[in-house]
Amino acid sequence: MIDYFLTEEEEIIKELARKIAEEKIKAKRAYYDETQEFPWDIVKIMAESDLFRIFIPEEYGGFGGGVMSLTVAVEELSRGCAGIALAYAGTALGTFPILLFGNEEQKKKYLPRIAEGELAAFALTEAQAGSDAGNIKTRAEKRGDYYVLNGTKQFITNGGEAGIYTVIALTNPEKGARGASAFIVEKGTPGLSFGKKENKLGIRASATREVIFQDCKIPKENLLGKEGMGFIIAMKTFDYSRPGVAAQALGIAQAALEEATKYAKERIQFDVPIANFQAIQHMLADMAIKLEAARALTYQVARNIDKGNTKITKESAMVKCLASDVAMEVTLNAVQIFGGYGYMKEYPVEKLMRDAKITQIYEGTNQIMRNIVASQLLKEVK
Amino acid sequence: MNIIVCIKQVPDTQDVKMDPERGTLIREGVKSIVNPFDLYALEEGIRIKERTGKGTVVALTMGPPQAEEALKEAIAMGVDRGILITDKAFAGADTLATSYTLAKAIEKIGSPWVIVCGRQAIDGDTAQVGPELAAWLDVPQITYVSKILEIDEKRIKAERLTDYGYDVVEATVPCVITVNKEINEPRLPSLRGMMKAKRFKPEIWDSSSMDVDRKYIGLEGSPTRVIKIFAPPQKIGGQKHEGTPEELAKIIVKKFEELKII
Amino acid sequence: MPKRELRVIKENCTGCGVCEEVCPYNAIEVINGIAVVRDNCVFCGICVESCAFEALKLYEEKPEERTVPEGYSGVMTYAEVLNGELSRVSLEILSIARELAKRLNTNVTTLLIGHNIEKHAKALINHGADKVIVVDHSELNRFIDEKYAKIFVTAIEQFKPEVVIGGATAVGRALFPRVAALLKTGLTADCTEFDIEKETGLLLQTRPAFGGNIMATIKTEFTRPQMATVRPRVFKPLTPEERDGEIIKLEYEPHKESFVKQVLDVLITEGETVNLEDADIIVSGGRGVGSKENFKVIFDLAKELNAAVGASRAAVDAGWIPYAHQVGQTGKTVSPKIYIACGISGAIQHQVGMRSSDFIIAINKDPEAPIFDIADLGIVGDLFEVIPVLIKEIKKKKGE
Repeated sequence: MIDYFLTEEEEIIKELARKIAEEKIKAKRAYYDETQEFPWDIVKIMAESDLFRIFIPEEYGGFGGGVMSLTVAVEELSRGCAGIALAYAGTALGTFPILLFGNEEQKKKYLPRIAEGELAAFALTEAQAGSDAGNIKTRAEKRGDYYVLNGTKQFITNGGEAGIYTVIALTNPEKGARGASAFIVEKGTPGLSFGKKENKLGIRASATREVIFQDCKIPKENLLGKEGMGFIIAMKTFDYSRPGVAAQALGIAQAALEEATKYAKERIQFDVPIANFQAIQHMLADMAIKLEAARALTYQVARNIDKGNTKITKESAMVKCLASDVAMEVTLNAVQIFGGYGYMKEYPVEKLMRDAKITQIYEGTNQIMRNIVASQLLKEVK
Repeated sequence: MNIIVCIKQVPDTQDVKMDPERGTLIREGVKSIVNPFDLYALEEGIRIKERTGKGTVVALTMGPPQAEEALKEAIAMGVDRGILITDKAFAGADTLATSYTLAKAIEKIGSPWVIVCGRQAIDGDTAQVGPELAAWLDVPQITYVSKILEIDEKRIKAERLTDYGYDVVEATVPCVITVNKEINEPRLPSLRGMMKAKRFKPEIWDSSSMDVDRKYIGLEGSPTRVIKIFAPPQKIGGQKHEGTPEELAKIIVKKFEELKII
Repeated sequence: MPKRELRVIKENCTGCGVCEEVCPYNAIEVINGIAVVRDNCVFCGICVESCAFEALKLYEEKPEERTVPEGYSGVMTYAEVLNGELSRVSLEILSIARELAKRLNTNVTTLLIGHNIEKHAKALINHGADKVIVVDHSELNRFIDEKYAKIFVTAIEQFKPEVVIGGATAVGRALFPRVAALLKTGLTADCTEFDIEKETGLLLQTRPAFGGNIMATIKTEFTRPQMATVRPRVFKPLTPEERDGEIIKLEYEPHKESFVKQVLDVLITEGETVNLEDADIIVSGGRGVGSKENFKVIFDLAKELNAAVGASRAAVDAGWIPYAHQVGQTGKTVSPKIYIACGISGAIQHQVGMRSSDFIIAINKDPEAPIFDIADLGIVGDLFEVIPVLIKEIKKKKGE
């Protein structure tokens, strides 16, 4: 068994997240997957267990843990259910802009709330701006002491449930992407409303909604950093959050590998467990090899970020791309190993397969990830 | 005002299986856990402090040195103090000697407000320690508590599970209560709690730390003795039937007629 | 002070490790090919039983001269009155009491505490009691542990029975331990079998432990009385016949305790029978039922059979049915005539709560479900398809 030399704190976080996954998430995940209801009861448990404090600095009520701690927590929670874990991971994503670019007042105002378990969300994507994030149209007009936001964000994780939204909007449309800025918007602000909950293939326990701004007035103090920094903030945020997506993928893949291995030992065909067949063994072996490789890279990137290495854009993209592709492959093979039973909703693997797919898509599609990796590579190699 | 929760570290009997051939226990890495009912007791103890704003929650356990792990779990949940009573002289105790020893520890802790125990331990399954403790301490007892309705410095009012429903019972404090699973949902430890638990060192008391009469502790204080252990009679499954619902229903009804219930 | 020790007989030990495997307390391990006992050994003896090489022995120093208290004879039973009715278990234990009394060459006395309960004395006598001690007072109309315990202690000190047994009911399991501790005597809970040791006349008490995974036989050598609670529905009441018996009235003196205890209210669960322990037939639902609403099908079948409704822990934990219906290690232990397990996989913790039922029927979609290992009649099918048809068939047979 490989040792990743987790610190004592990371071990405790892993143990607690696993306990929550085993004792609280497992029993309810099929229900939330079926109904798409938002798992508030489990969010409450995560909050009471201090999980939200992990990525908040001590001076704001947190533990000052880093990306590695977050990765470990997200991986274990996702092993229980990626959809439920996303309420947590999505909050981390929505918090990074404040953590990385917030001023003291903003941090003092919002970070303690998140530490207590208030959910956050990150709003960048729009109907016409997915991979082409620069094509956003949501405007933020400065009017005296306020900014007025108009536009619609799409496919926002925790949309409608979160209390705190970090939003990328255009303060200067003529400048295109360079004219974008980042803002903090609170739920309940007049002019902020939400679309219907999307009906999804996977991560169905996660709430995905449109976030609609109609003359939504926010105080100018809610601007993060400076005008024009919007995309810098978004890209930096993704550098930090991509290991989290990778962690999600790792958790899903781990669950799939465990289920498939257990099943292969129990399922008797031709008078023997199918685990005796080399075909199955090789499938399991490939799944395990790829999963461990993805995990090792994910942890290493997370540690780099924690140690202050800011030049990890390429590796962050690599690990998101790798882990999610591995998760897709592992879950597909898990269903295959389960055979007919794998196709039935009563068995847990079809859900894992459905959940895995999104990790190849959000927070930058894997095609964009490859673009990033290539572009960085070409810059590095003279 | 001390809220004293008695807990026990037990083997996880869920993992304990019988080997039908050897007639013995198969225990593949059975781990030690806090007795599940005691988690409900700990939770209730902590809740009493939270709802009244009063009291110090003390987790108390009698066992070998590794029972410290059980206290760590209690600290992680949020109790204020953890005390381990351990001594070779206590070994081999049955419920009478155990409850005596716990009673002596409680006397030493002092100012008992309410003593909370889990309904039973899942290894012994006797459910005796709680009431025996109350007898040694000469305090009232409320067993199988499924809800505490009111509690203050003078009395406790609770619902207890009976064979026909529930009784609402009131007693003066100090009082021993044993709780069942209906009473609450035990909280998971928090990270702060777990970190505190990592650094925690329990207070350790042995037979000389407390005012015990040697003839009531350990083996000597145990009037009951286990003289034999064996496998329970194995039930063997009967015939399995498959078929349409109609066919299956007919099979069942035929059996009902045979057994004379219709 | 007597010393107890688990000794490893090194010449016999092969280091096979079976003892290490079976010890539930992690108290023995094989180091360098020889078993070594750790200091958390509780002397349960499971490893001794499991050793094929007789390399383990439980030693005990001879205790100091201990004498059995003098003057104790007779078998006493405790009769429980629930809401004005004599409980079934009170009659069940009379049958085993008679058996034990015969072997001990003595007779059976029953203690009856409550208010307006003297009318039950005759039934007790007809079911096997030779004497009935009646303690009747308005203050005793509800079970109050402390008052009943003091009366019990007085009665035992007066009548000095060598054996005292009662039902392992909610009352029994609250009352007997308190009495045993007040008398500083031994008590064994939830016994399923009794015997008298030939050489000593001691009561051998057999009961399940470790969630029912093992059976243990226990005796109380040097204290009296030997007390035990008896699992309900294990023994069958004797057929009542007109018998002679003595009714002794004991005065109740209201005790001046240093504390106050009272029963303020009694809530009887309406409708569906919650008293699982008394039911002849139990229909039980598990994870396979799927939801609170779906439990209706279980209740419907139970109604048709005049049965009580039980549930597995999974169903209770999911919130589909209250805890009072839970059958299993952390719920109630039942042994009805017929137990119908619907959509219950039959994990060991559930099994131990119901496997001593006379006849077990299991309905489950999964042919590999462990419940089928102990079901007398296994029905592999969807409970939602089978039960409605079953209800129809039952109604047909009943001629409705």
